[in-house]
Amino acid sequence: RDFNERCAQCSEVNWGLTDGGRFYCRSCHNVTERTREVVNTDFITNSRVQRISKGLKKQEKNDGGCEWYICEGFQLVLKKQVEALEALGVCPQMKDEILCNFWRCYLQKSKQAYCKRPAGETVKALSVCESSTDVDSDPERPSLLHLLSLSESEGDLQTDCSFASSVSKVSESTSVYSGSVDGSLYLMKNQKEKLRMTMPMTLSFCYMALLWVREPITLSELLRFVVEGHIPYLNVFQHFPEKMKICGLDLKIFCVESWPVYEEVFNKMHELAAFLDLPRFPDITESCFLHPDMLCMKYLMEANLPDELHNWTCRVVKKIGIGEVDFLTLMPGNKSTRKVKYDVLAAAVIVVVLKLLFLLDDHYEWLLSEFAEERNKNNTEGGPYFEFKRWYEVVKHSLDAEQKKLDEERAKYLWRCERPLFYSVKNKSKALKRRQMVVNLQNQFGKLSGSVRCAEKPNPSSFQLSWSEENPDGSCFHGHSLKGILKEKCGLLTAMNPDYWLCTVKLCNEKLCGHLAHYREVEFPQSYHFVLRLFSFLLRIQPSYIHDEVCMIEHKLFNKKLCKKLKYNTVLRK
Amino acid sequence: SSNEHKLNFKKSKEACLSYIQDALLQKQWKRAAEFLTCYVESLEKDYSREHIGPSEMIWRIGTEILWHHSQSSMKEFNCFMEQMKTLGVKRYLKVCLEHVFHLLCNGQIDEAYQNLSLAESWRFGEQTAIQDKEMKLIQAYRGLLDYCSWSKQKNILLEQGEDGFSDLAVEQEMHGYFRKAAVNLKEIIKIPGVWDVFVKCYVDLLEFYGDHNEARQVLNEYAYNSKFPANPNAHVYLYQFLKRQGESKKSLISALKILHDIVPSHELMIDFNTMLQKSKKRKKRRLGLEVIFAVLDYAGWKENAKAWSCLARQVKQIVISEKHLDWIKQEWNSRKDWWPAFHFSRYLAKRNWQENKSLSYEKALVAGILLGKDCKYFKYVSHQGCKAQLKRFRMLKKFVTRHNPVYLRISG
Repeated sequence: RDFNERCAQCSEVNWGLTDGGRFYCRSCHNVTERTREVVNTDFITNSRVQRISKGLKKQEKNDGGCEWYICEGFQLVLKKQVEALEALGVCPQMKDEILCNFWRCYLQKSKQAYCKRPAGETVKALSVCESSTDVDSDPERPSLLHLLSLSESEGDLQTDCSFASSVSKVSESTSVYSGSVDGSLYLMKNQKEKLRMTMPMTLSFCYMALLWVREPITLSELLRFVVEGHIPYLNVFQHFPEKMKICGLDLKIFCVESWPVYEEVFNKMHELAAFLDLPRFPDITESCFLHPDMLCMKYLMEANLPDELHNWTCRVVKKIGIGEVDFLTLMPGNKSTRKVKYDVLAAAVIVVVLKLLFLLDDHYEWLLSEFAEERNKNNTEGGPYFEFKRWYEVVKHSLDAEQKKLDEERAKYLWRCERPLFYSVKNKSKALKRRQMVVNLQNQFGKLSGSVRCAEKPNPSSFQLSWSEENPDGSCFHGHSLKGILKEKCGLLTAMNPDYWLCTVKLCNEKLCGHLAHYREVEFPQSYHFVLRLFSFLLRIQPSYIHDEVCMIEHKLFNKKLCKKLKYNTVLRK
Repeated sequence: SSNEHKLNFKKSKEACLSYIQDALLQKQWKRAAEFLTCYVESLEKDYSREHIGPSEMIWRIGTEILWHHSQSSMKEFNCFMEQMKTLGVKRYLKVCLEHVFHLLCNGQIDEAYQNLSLAESWRFGEQTAIQDKEMKLIQAYRGLLDYCSWSKQKNILLEQGEDGFSDLAVEQEMHGYFRKAAVNLKEIIKIPGVWDVFVKCYVDLLEFYGDHNEARQVLNEYAYNSKFPANPNAHVYLYQFLKRQGESKKSLISALKILHDIVPSHELMIDFNTMLQKSKKRKKRRLGLEVIFAVLDYAGWKENAKAWSCLARQVKQIVISEKHLDWIKQEWNSRKDWWPAFHFSRYLAKRNWQENKSLSYEKALVAGILLGKDCKYFKYVSHQGCKAQLKRFRMLKKFVTRHNPVYLRISG
């Protein structure tokens, strides 16, 4: 960003970054020895990233505000986020080398920086205080309502009537109003062409960087940390400097009113990776945290399931080839390979293994459990056999308690922050008054609440449920044995359960309806639903996502048999 | 479909509201306060499309919590109400009014009066005209409080009168309150509605100052104007007024007729029947029988000896005169399928006999006539009565036995 030296060969100032992190001149492809230094991504008032056409107003305004561009705002957001990740223990290279470069690459590709401004595109600088009187005469200028209807799917801001109505009533024509210089222009841009930046996309950036560095944080964990407040997202704009006035249309961009959805962040990340023309990501090998074998181990522990199940997850992984490097590693832009959701995949593998061993048809697993119970009563030597029933009771109890807590927390989220938001100057005093009233009421009723609302966020932890073997009540099942449900056949351990039921006989076309299958709770056994619910809670995603992956795995696993038998509801013999 | 499960501001607040609702229903005020604290930031969001917006929610919920919470004081409550008044100008008068109600419930009459006066003087452009109804109510309640003051002064005056004093100042004050009250009360009762308390007070004032014509007119309007919602009390008030005025039986009866139509089980039906029975007009006597039968259709009157005595008297009189037996037949026709089990079971016979001999006497008479001397009820009670050597039961037995053929004519 600060590299403004002229190229030694062609005297242009048009730099790009090689994969190795060196600056090269785009005009003449001269590679320099200069590597990017630690970049100061602080917001600098007077720096100009792009060559802007004439018509700019003076930089410092009377009201203490300054001109700032939307992408500068996003840069700040990313900076905050990556700093938070660093605080969580992510390697420091992520900020200075990886994310920073991704961001610059993005700016360049989307022609917001590091490039010549395409001819004809001008940035109309609209100052906060200025009111342009020739709005109606300019047919190109979009009306406010039009801008409002260009929706990002975030939040309800676009349906905010007071905004629309208050502006339409405004006699002075401050229609395209924003604190930033290019707020209105930003919203107008055709998003499909240039992959317009949004708040959820900041998380896509983070996830992409994490994946590149192969940090042991899955996307579901990342999103959970966001929701728990360890990574700034919701009101991150409150950390913008005072002189960066945020109002009007900026709110539509930076002020989110919904939590990011896994699918959205995930899909955007892949779009982004392709857009940036990134090469193949670093390999995900067996020793990697994101490898299904590793993640399965983690999830098995968290789900309080016996360690012995890990052998089975590894077997399944191997059999269907989802542990291969080429399967797991991301190749941006490659449309033929399926995009891998590491966490969901691992959870789905465990579900399939449970189905293989316990059938989970609301009968067989209880039957097995009874046998195990009998055996455990009569025979106390050697370790206990795993009893599905006991496991179910213990885990359900904890799950229900945690779910209840989570639901209450969700109802108690505070979405607003101290920094006032207002759409126009007219709105400002009203917004401030409202804020004051809200604070008063919060104080009044806060005092009447039973317990003091704890201001401290709980420490971020990778494990949401934990089970201790030292616990005397025997509620930890890690060490339990699967002997009761296995038998030997040709020197190989195999399940006693001879049956298996497929979640779906025919997979949907993902491209058409977005899913491989359509999960409806009532159509499936309750044990199956319980297992889905468990992982749904741990990963904070809908059970149907896991169900989709389960279907995918099953179809890979029973591929041959499926080709032969297409009868609906057939029970297959393994 | 992933958007359905997206947790956003709106859904989060909806969930919050349902937690508040649960807490309120279970009277967990602390918990309700906890969640309300999280809900209040909804004020910063626009809900103009919703039917009930957050400001109204917060007002109503907050009121409930502050009213019931053990650690909340009247001072806090008042402070909260003042804030709520500023929140929504469209609701200003409503909030004022409800605040006044709470103050009255808490016995703070003076504060209530002050608030009413303040609200009365409120003006806000076109809102004043829009909230006209609430304004009328506010004036009406101020009138009501003026009436209370008048009443107090009146009592003072009466006491003083007994002692032989007469304080001019008190009298003047009293008249002053009367004027203020009358003006406002008169206004509100012009509007169709249910204004029982206002009407009563206004009529009280009018009667005191001797304006009986106006009182009569007001009560007639209240009872008979079809624009007003059907209100049994209106007829009761009219009847009581007419009675106080010593009106003729004819007008008293006509006042109660509609009450019988609306509320056949009303307690005044006993008076009504008594008047009708004594009437010289056949139609009226016929109506009387209808009225008393209708009263006893209701479970609340089952054990009322007076009601049964009315019916017994009339039935006895008809049987003795041997005229109009068809009246009894008509009334009994629709009841013969269920009254026996409802009133005249053997179980009830035992119980009535044990608990209330007069009741059982009256009922036995009716049962004997309607169901014959062999019916369970009559048999048991008369047997017990004769065993106990009570003269009237012996008389009863004789009477019913003598008139047994009547039962055959009725039931046939």
